[in-house]
Amino acid sequence: MAQSNEHVQHAHPSNGTYVLVAAVLGVLTAVEVAVFYLEAVRPVLVPLLLTLSAAKFTMVVGFFMHLRFDSKLYRALFVGPLVVAIAVMIAMLFINGVFRL
Amino acid sequence: MSQTDVATLEVHSATGLPSRKILMWAFIGSECMLFGSLIITYLVYRGKSIVGPYPEELLNIPFITVTTFVLLMSSLMMVLALSAVQRGDMKWGKVWLLMTAVFGMVFLGGQVYEFTHFVHEGLTLQTNLFGGSFFLLTGTHGAHVTVGVIWLLSLFFMGVRGRLTQASAETVEIAGLYWHFVDVVWIVLFTLIYLLS
Repeated sequence: MAQSNEHVQHAHPSNGTYVLVAAVLGVLTAVEVAVFYLEAVRPVLVPLLLTLSAAKFTMVVGFFMHLRFDSKLYRALFVGPLVVAIAVMIAMLFINGVFRL
Repeated sequence: MSQTDVATLEVHSATGLPSRKILMWAFIGSECMLFGSLIITYLVYRGKSIVGPYPEELLNIPFITVTTFVLLMSSLMMVLALSAVQRGDMKWGKVWLLMTAVFGMVFLGGQVYEFTHFVHEGLTLQTNLFGGSFFLLTGTHGAHVTVGVIWLLSLFFMGVRGRLTQASAETVEIAGLYWHFVDVVWIVLFTLIYLLS
Protein backbone atom coordinates (compact mmCIF):
# COMPACT_ATOMS: atom_id res chain seq x y z
CA MET A 1 0.00 0.00 0.00
CA ALA A 2 2.76 2.42 0.99
CA GLN A 3 4.60 1.63 -2.23
CA SER A 4 1.42 2.14 -4.21
CA ASN A 5 0.74 5.56 -2.67
CA GLU A 6 4.36 6.57 -3.11
CA HIS A 7 4.16 5.56 -6.76
CA VAL A 8 0.98 7.64 -7.24
CA GLN A 9 2.54 10.70 -5.62
CA HIS A 10 5.58 10.47 -7.89
CA ALA A 11 3.48 9.91 -10.99
CA HIS A 12 1.05 12.80 -10.50
CA PRO A 13 1.84 16.50 -11.04
CA SER A 14 2.50 18.93 -8.20
CA ASN A 15 -0.12 21.33 -6.79
CA GLY A 16 1.67 24.18 -8.58
CA THR A 17 1.11 22.42 -11.91
CA TYR A 18 -2.57 21.95 -11.07
CA VAL A 19 -2.97 25.66 -10.29
CA LEU A 20 -1.15 26.56 -13.52
CA VAL A 21 -3.41 24.26 -15.55
CA ALA A 22 -6.50 25.79 -13.89
CA ALA A 23 -5.22 29.30 -14.72
CA VAL A 24 -4.71 28.30 -18.37
CA LEU A 25 -8.22 26.79 -18.42
CA GLY A 26 -9.62 30.08 -17.08
CA VAL A 27 -7.73 32.09 -19.70
CA LEU A 28 -8.88 29.78 -22.52
CA THR A 29 -12.49 30.17 -21.36
CA ALA A 30 -12.08 33.95 -21.39
CA VAL A 31 -10.59 33.75 -24.91
CA GLU A 32 -13.53 31.58 -26.06
CA VAL A 33 -16.05 34.14 -24.84
CA ALA A 34 -14.02 37.05 -26.24
CA VAL A 35 -13.84 35.56 -29.76
CA PHE A 36 -17.58 34.85 -29.57
CA TYR A 37 -18.18 38.63 -29.45
CA LEU A 38 -15.52 39.55 -32.07
CA GLU A 39 -16.97 40.20 -35.51
CA ALA A 40 -13.51 39.92 -37.12
CA VAL A 41 -13.17 36.20 -36.34
CA ARG A 42 -16.69 35.22 -37.52
CA PRO A 43 -15.40 33.32 -40.61
CA VAL A 44 -13.22 31.06 -38.45
CA LEU A 45 -15.36 31.08 -35.32
CA VAL A 46 -16.45 27.42 -35.45
CA PRO A 47 -12.97 25.84 -35.94
CA LEU A 48 -11.47 28.31 -33.46
CA LEU A 49 -14.00 27.53 -30.71
CA LEU A 50 -13.77 23.77 -31.34
CA THR A 51 -9.95 23.96 -31.10
CA LEU A 52 -10.09 25.92 -27.83
CA SER A 53 -12.67 23.50 -26.42
CA ALA A 54 -10.54 20.49 -27.46
CA ALA A 55 -7.50 22.08 -25.79
CA LYS A 56 -9.42 22.53 -22.51
CA PHE A 57 -10.80 18.99 -22.76
CA THR A 58 -7.30 17.55 -23.27
CA MET A 59 -5.84 19.53 -20.37
CA VAL A 60 -8.48 18.38 -17.88
CA VAL A 61 -8.27 14.74 -19.01
CA GLY A 62 -4.46 14.76 -19.22
CA PHE A 63 -3.60 16.61 -16.01
CA PHE A 64 -6.59 16.53 -13.64
CA MET A 65 -7.64 12.97 -14.57
CA HIS A 66 -3.94 11.97 -14.80
CA LEU A 67 -4.43 10.18 -18.12
CA ARG A 68 -1.08 11.57 -19.28
CA PHE A 69 0.69 9.88 -16.39
CA ASP A 70 -1.37 6.74 -15.69
CA SER A 71 -1.53 3.32 -17.34
CA LYS A 72 -2.18 3.00 -21.07
CA LEU A 73 -5.08 0.69 -20.24
CA TYR A 74 -7.04 3.63 -18.76
CA ARG A 75 -6.24 5.64 -21.89
CA ALA A 76 -7.58 2.84 -24.10
CA LEU A 77 -10.75 2.51 -21.99
CA PHE A 78 -11.44 6.23 -22.42
CA VAL A 79 -10.13 7.07 -25.89
CA GLY A 80 -11.65 3.97 -27.57
CA PRO A 81 -15.31 4.79 -26.76
CA LEU A 82 -14.62 8.51 -27.25
CA VAL A 83 -13.38 7.91 -30.82
CA VAL A 84 -16.40 5.69 -31.55
CA ALA A 85 -18.75 8.36 -30.13
CA ILE A 86 -17.14 11.11 -32.24
CA ALA A 87 -17.24 8.91 -35.38
CA VAL A 88 -20.94 8.17 -34.81
CA MET A 89 -21.63 11.87 -34.25
CA ILE A 90 -19.90 12.86 -37.50
CA ALA A 91 -21.73 10.08 -39.40
CA MET A 92 -25.08 11.22 -37.97
CA LEU A 93 -24.36 14.83 -38.97
CA PHE A 94 -23.80 13.66 -42.58
CA ILE A 95 -26.82 11.33 -42.57
CA ASN A 96 -29.08 14.12 -41.31
CA GLY A 97 -27.76 16.64 -43.80
CA VAL A 98 -26.08 18.95 -41.27
CA PHE A 99 -22.75 18.30 -43.07
CA ARG A 100 -22.59 17.81 -46.84
CA LEU A 101 -19.77 16.46 -49.02
CA MET B 1 -15.25 -6.30 7.35
CA SER B 2 -15.14 -3.04 9.32
CA GLN B 3 -16.14 0.40 7.94
CA THR B 4 -12.48 1.40 7.73
CA ASP B 5 -11.72 -1.71 5.72
CA VAL B 6 -14.40 -0.76 3.21
CA ALA B 7 -12.92 2.73 2.82
CA THR B 8 -9.42 1.36 2.21
CA LEU B 9 -10.43 -1.55 0.00
CA GLU B 10 -8.03 -1.77 -2.94
CA VAL B 11 -8.38 -4.86 -5.11
CA HIS B 12 -5.89 -5.27 -7.94
CA SER B 13 -6.83 -7.03 -11.15
CA ALA B 14 -4.62 -9.38 -13.19
CA THR B 15 -3.19 -6.27 -14.88
CA GLY B 16 -1.80 -5.10 -11.53
CA LEU B 17 -4.04 -2.05 -11.71
CA PRO B 18 -6.79 -1.26 -9.17
CA SER B 19 -10.02 -2.93 -10.29
CA ARG B 20 -12.22 -0.04 -9.15
CA LYS B 21 -10.21 2.44 -11.18
CA ILE B 22 -10.43 0.23 -14.28
CA LEU B 23 -14.17 -0.02 -13.70
CA MET B 24 -14.51 3.76 -13.36
CA TRP B 25 -12.61 4.38 -16.63
CA ALA B 26 -14.83 1.79 -18.39
CA PHE B 27 -17.89 3.58 -16.97
CA ILE B 28 -16.56 6.94 -18.17
CA GLY B 29 -16.04 5.39 -21.62
CA SER B 30 -19.68 4.31 -21.67
CA GLU B 31 -20.69 7.80 -20.56
CA CYS B 32 -18.91 9.20 -23.63
CA MET B 33 -21.35 7.18 -25.74
CA LEU B 34 -24.35 8.40 -23.71
CA PHE B 35 -23.43 12.08 -23.96
CA GLY B 36 -22.39 11.60 -27.60
CA SER B 37 -25.91 10.43 -28.43
CA LEU B 38 -27.51 13.36 -26.58
CA ILE B 39 -25.14 15.89 -28.17
CA ILE B 40 -25.80 14.58 -31.66
CA THR B 41 -29.56 14.77 -31.02
CA TYR B 42 -29.16 18.43 -30.03
CA LEU B 43 -26.98 19.20 -33.07
CA VAL B 44 -29.29 17.47 -35.57
CA TYR B 45 -32.33 19.38 -34.21
CA ARG B 46 -30.37 22.64 -34.01
CA GLY B 47 -32.06 25.45 -35.98
CA LYS B 48 -35.07 23.27 -36.85
CA SER B 49 -37.58 24.65 -34.34
CA ILE B 50 -40.60 26.06 -36.17
CA VAL B 51 -41.93 27.98 -33.16
CA GLY B 52 -40.10 30.07 -30.54
CA PRO B 53 -38.59 30.85 -28.22
CA TYR B 54 -35.29 30.32 -30.04
CA PRO B 55 -31.82 29.86 -28.48
CA GLU B 56 -30.56 33.33 -29.47
CA GLU B 57 -33.49 34.90 -27.58
CA LEU B 58 -32.80 33.03 -24.34
CA LEU B 59 -29.16 32.02 -23.89
CA ASN B 60 -27.31 34.32 -21.48
CA ILE B 61 -23.60 33.97 -22.35
CA PRO B 62 -22.14 36.16 -19.53
CA PHE B 63 -24.16 34.31 -16.88
CA ILE B 64 -23.29 30.84 -18.15
CA THR B 65 -19.61 31.86 -18.49
CA VAL B 66 -19.52 32.52 -14.75
CA THR B 67 -21.07 29.13 -13.89
CA THR B 68 -18.70 27.44 -16.35
CA PHE B 69 -15.75 29.10 -14.62
CA VAL B 70 -17.09 27.91 -11.24
CA LEU B 71 -17.26 24.30 -12.50
CA LEU B 72 -13.73 24.53 -13.96
CA MET B 73 -12.37 25.78 -10.64
CA SER B 74 -14.20 22.98 -8.81
CA SER B 75 -12.00 20.58 -10.81
CA LEU B 76 -8.91 22.33 -9.43
CA MET B 77 -10.25 21.91 -5.90
CA MET B 78 -10.91 18.23 -6.56
CA VAL B 79 -7.29 17.54 -7.54
CA LEU B 80 -6.09 19.56 -4.55
CA ALA B 81 -8.34 17.40 -2.31
CA LEU B 82 -6.85 14.23 -3.81
CA SER B 83 -3.32 15.59 -3.43
CA ALA B 84 -3.97 16.46 0.23
CA VAL B 85 -5.44 13.00 1.01
CA GLN B 86 -2.53 11.27 -0.77
CA ARG B 87 0.00 13.06 1.44
CA GLY B 88 -2.10 12.39 4.56
CA ASP B 89 -3.22 15.99 5.11
CA MET B 90 -6.80 15.10 5.98
CA LYS B 91 -7.69 18.60 7.23
CA TRP B 92 -7.08 20.19 3.83
CA GLY B 93 -8.44 17.09 2.12
CA LYS B 94 -11.77 17.71 3.80
CA VAL B 95 -11.66 21.46 3.10
CA TRP B 96 -11.05 20.96 -0.64
CA LEU B 97 -13.68 18.20 -0.85
CA LEU B 98 -16.25 20.52 0.75
CA MET B 99 -15.24 23.43 -1.50
CA THR B 100 -15.59 21.20 -4.58
CA ALA B 101 -19.09 20.20 -3.48
CA VAL B 102 -20.01 23.84 -2.74
CA PHE B 103 -18.81 24.98 -6.19
CA GLY B 104 -20.80 22.11 -7.70
CA MET B 105 -23.87 23.34 -5.86
CA VAL B 106 -23.28 26.89 -7.13
CA PHE B 107 -23.18 25.50 -10.67
CA LEU B 108 -26.41 23.57 -10.04
CA GLY B 109 -28.01 26.73 -8.60
CA GLY B 110 -27.12 28.53 -11.83
CA GLN B 111 -28.68 25.74 -13.86
CA VAL B 112 -31.88 25.82 -11.78
CA TYR B 113 -32.05 29.61 -12.27
CA GLU B 114 -31.49 29.22 -16.03
CA PHE B 115 -34.13 26.49 -16.38
CA THR B 116 -36.65 28.51 -14.35
CA HIS B 117 -35.99 31.60 -16.48
CA PHE B 118 -36.45 29.59 -19.70
CA VAL B 119 -39.74 28.11 -18.46
CA HIS B 120 -41.00 31.60 -17.56
CA GLU B 121 -40.08 32.69 -21.10
CA GLY B 122 -42.24 29.88 -22.47
CA LEU B 123 -39.62 27.20 -23.23
CA THR B 124 -40.45 23.72 -21.94
CA LEU B 125 -39.59 20.16 -23.01
CA GLN B 126 -42.66 20.16 -25.28
CA THR B 127 -42.42 23.67 -26.75
CA ASN B 128 -40.11 22.97 -29.70
CA LEU B 129 -37.12 20.87 -30.80
CA PHE B 130 -34.69 23.26 -29.10
CA GLY B 131 -36.54 22.96 -25.76
CA GLY B 132 -36.71 19.16 -25.90
CA SER B 133 -33.08 18.58 -26.87
CA PHE B 134 -31.70 21.39 -24.66
CA PHE B 135 -33.44 20.30 -21.46
CA LEU B 136 -32.63 16.63 -22.12
CA LEU B 137 -28.92 17.30 -22.68
CA THR B 138 -28.27 19.89 -19.98
CA GLY B 139 -30.68 18.14 -17.58
CA THR B 140 -28.77 14.86 -17.94
CA HIS B 141 -25.54 16.72 -17.25
CA GLY B 142 -27.12 18.43 -14.24
CA ALA B 143 -28.25 15.04 -12.89
CA HIS B 144 -24.64 13.86 -13.17
CA VAL B 145 -23.42 16.96 -11.29
CA THR B 146 -26.03 16.28 -8.58
CA VAL B 147 -24.76 12.70 -8.16
CA GLY B 148 -21.20 14.08 -8.00
CA VAL B 149 -22.12 16.61 -5.29
CA ILE B 150 -23.79 13.88 -3.19
CA TRP B 151 -20.71 11.66 -3.67
CA LEU B 152 -18.34 14.46 -2.60
CA LEU B 153 -20.43 15.35 0.43
CA SER B 154 -20.45 11.66 1.40
CA LEU B 155 -16.65 11.63 1.25
CA PHE B 156 -16.50 14.87 3.25
CA PHE B 157 -18.69 13.43 6.01
CA MET B 158 -16.64 10.21 5.97
CA GLY B 159 -13.64 12.47 6.59
CA VAL B 160 -15.41 14.31 9.40
CA ARG B 161 -16.13 10.97 11.08
CA GLY B 162 -12.51 9.90 10.65
CA ARG B 163 -13.26 7.18 8.11
CA LEU B 164 -11.30 8.78 5.27
CA THR B 165 -7.57 8.23 5.61
CA GLN B 166 -4.43 8.43 3.49
CA ALA B 167 -4.90 4.74 2.70
CA SER B 168 -8.27 5.51 1.09
CA ALA B 169 -6.82 7.95 -1.46
CA GLU B 170 -7.98 5.66 -4.27
CA THR B 171 -11.59 6.19 -3.14
CA VAL B 172 -11.14 9.96 -3.49
CA GLU B 173 -9.33 9.51 -6.82
CA ILE B 174 -12.25 7.54 -8.27
CA ALA B 175 -14.74 10.20 -7.16
CA GLY B 176 -12.38 12.76 -8.72
CA LEU B 177 -12.37 10.91 -12.06
CA TYR B 178 -16.16 11.12 -12.13
CA TRP B 179 -16.14 14.80 -11.18
CA HIS B 180 -13.56 15.75 -13.82
CA PHE B 181 -15.53 13.85 -16.45
CA VAL B 182 -18.62 15.89 -15.57
CA ASP B 183 -16.41 18.96 -16.03
CA VAL B 184 -15.08 17.92 -19.47
CA VAL B 185 -18.61 17.18 -20.65
CA TRP B 186 -19.56 20.74 -19.71
CA ILE B 187 -16.52 22.11 -21.56
CA VAL B 188 -17.98 20.54 -24.72
CA LEU B 189 -21.57 21.60 -23.98
CA PHE B 190 -20.57 25.20 -23.23
CA THR B 191 -19.02 25.48 -26.69
CA LEU B 192 -21.65 23.57 -28.67
CA ILE B 193 -24.80 24.90 -27.00
CA TYR B 194 -23.89 28.42 -25.96
CA LEU B 195 -20.98 29.75 -28.02
CA LEU B 196 -22.03 28.11 -31.31
CA SER B 197 -25.69 29.01 -30.81
